[in-house]
Amino acid sequence: MKIPKSFLGYKRENGRVGTRNHVIILPVDDISNACAESVANNIKGTIALPHSYGRLQFGADLDLHFRTMIGTGKNPNVAAVIVIGIEPKWTKRIVDAIAKTGKPVEGFHIERTGDIGTVMKASKKAQEFAMWASEKQREECPLSDLWISVKCGESDTTSGLAANPTVGNLMDKLEPLGVHLCFGETSELTGAEKVCATRGATPEASEKFMKTWNSYNDFILKEATDDLSESQPTAGNIAGGLTTIEEKAFGNFQKIGSCKFIDVLEPAEEPTKGKGLYFMDTSSAAAECITLQAAAGFNIHLFPTGQGNIVGNPIEPVVKLTANPLTVKSMGEHIDCDVSKILSREMNMSQAGDELIKSMIKVANGRLTCAEALGHKEFVMTKLYRSA
Amino acid sequence: MATDIIIHDEKDNVGVVVIDKITPKQDCSCWIMENDKTVKIQSVDEIQLGHKIAMVDLNEGDTILKYGHDIGKVVKSIKKGEHVHVQNVKTKKW
Repeated sequence: MKIPKSFLGYKRENGRVGTRNHVIILPVDDISNACAESVANNIKGTIALPHSYGRLQFGADLDLHFRTMIGTGKNPNVAAVIVIGIEPKWTKRIVDAIAKTGKPVEGFHIERTGDIGTVMKASKKAQEFAMWASEKQREECPLSDLWISVKCGESDTTSGLAANPTVGNLMDKLEPLGVHLCFGETSELTGAEKVCATRGATPEASEKFMKTWNSYNDFILKEATDDLSESQPTAGNIAGGLTTIEEKAFGNFQKIGSCKFIDVLEPAEEPTKGKGLYFMDTSSAAAECITLQAAAGFNIHLFPTGQGNIVGNPIEPVVKLTANPLTVKSMGEHIDCDVSKILSREMNMSQAGDELIKSMIKVANGRLTCAEALGHKEFVMTKLYRSA
Repeated sequence: MATDIIIHDEKDNVGVVVIDKITPKQDCSCWIMENDKTVKIQSVDEIQLGHKIAMVDLNEGDTILKYGHDIGKVVKSIKKGEHVHVQNVKTKKW
């Protein structure tokens, strides 16, 4: 197949390109959710991103909170942002950082005004932003403007056999075209960690990966009971035939094809070394991982599943593929790209990779994903430890 | 003949069932992805889609190889053609 050289995206003020044109209402903290949701309810064409944290966090955990908030606002799939927090200082910190992209952003704090007054003020600004954003048109952009993140979920053996290698085939084909790529799931590389480390593009990248993996593994060993209580692998993984974390890890690892990673990112850290593949230190929980990847600036997501994970994200479209014929049959409304014919050998890996490229570009051009059509917008902050 | 089982790597001692299920004493056709060879095996157990079959006899303490790599240890001996899963294989990690 001849790979299309361009897609239709929204050009942003800082040169990045979005596959979506969202106006988001971003609460700084848990207690500002109600206000943010009221604004989004008032003004059509906006979306609130409620979440559970943002109070009394400190140190690295607070840094990650800010990085996630700011990165979400900066993501090129977002046209404009309303930030609402209880206090002025943290609200302003997020507004100022998002403003560096040049996109419209305005902050509101609730103290000394209350919810009702804040909803009124923020709604007026949100209406202005939504109507402004609605004039934006898609333009032809080079494929290299795609920042593609990947993460698999509810995996089974068909993931490692076919759906994950399909993503790997796409990576092998698109990496030379200058796209940014990102995989994560630190805990889920356990068993394949040494093989994964050999895929660093430089000795520094490999070393950084092993350091990251060791740190995560030490934490798991410290907190784990006798096993990981059906968390790794999950009961769904086991029902699908996956027996051990090592088996799951080698399946997971198929997603990067033969690419090498050029750097290791902190959770939600924006890549700065240019085009190519990055590894990000993330949990393997789907919504947490995608939220972090979106906050790092990735604008389209590929999600291979076996047994049928249904996750979505509010700002980064999640394109789902599966090779499990039972999942296609029983949960077809969640599957954007069916590669189950690989198992019956009616489709080879290269054909499957081409199908996925086609599905992804359709979505980049504006076609709704299954998760978007079904209303999935899981926005889940990663919390490193207890609040003060 | 249609493929009933796919094996990732020539070194692997397990294969994955890729049809709805295989039944006991079924003569199965196995495709090895790495080298595009086909081998035969007769099943012992009923095994569902996505689940693994032992390609050789395995003893307690043996290593299971899939993708050409170590994916865990045998904790209860397994005969060629039997179902390989959590009842007879455990992680070497956690």
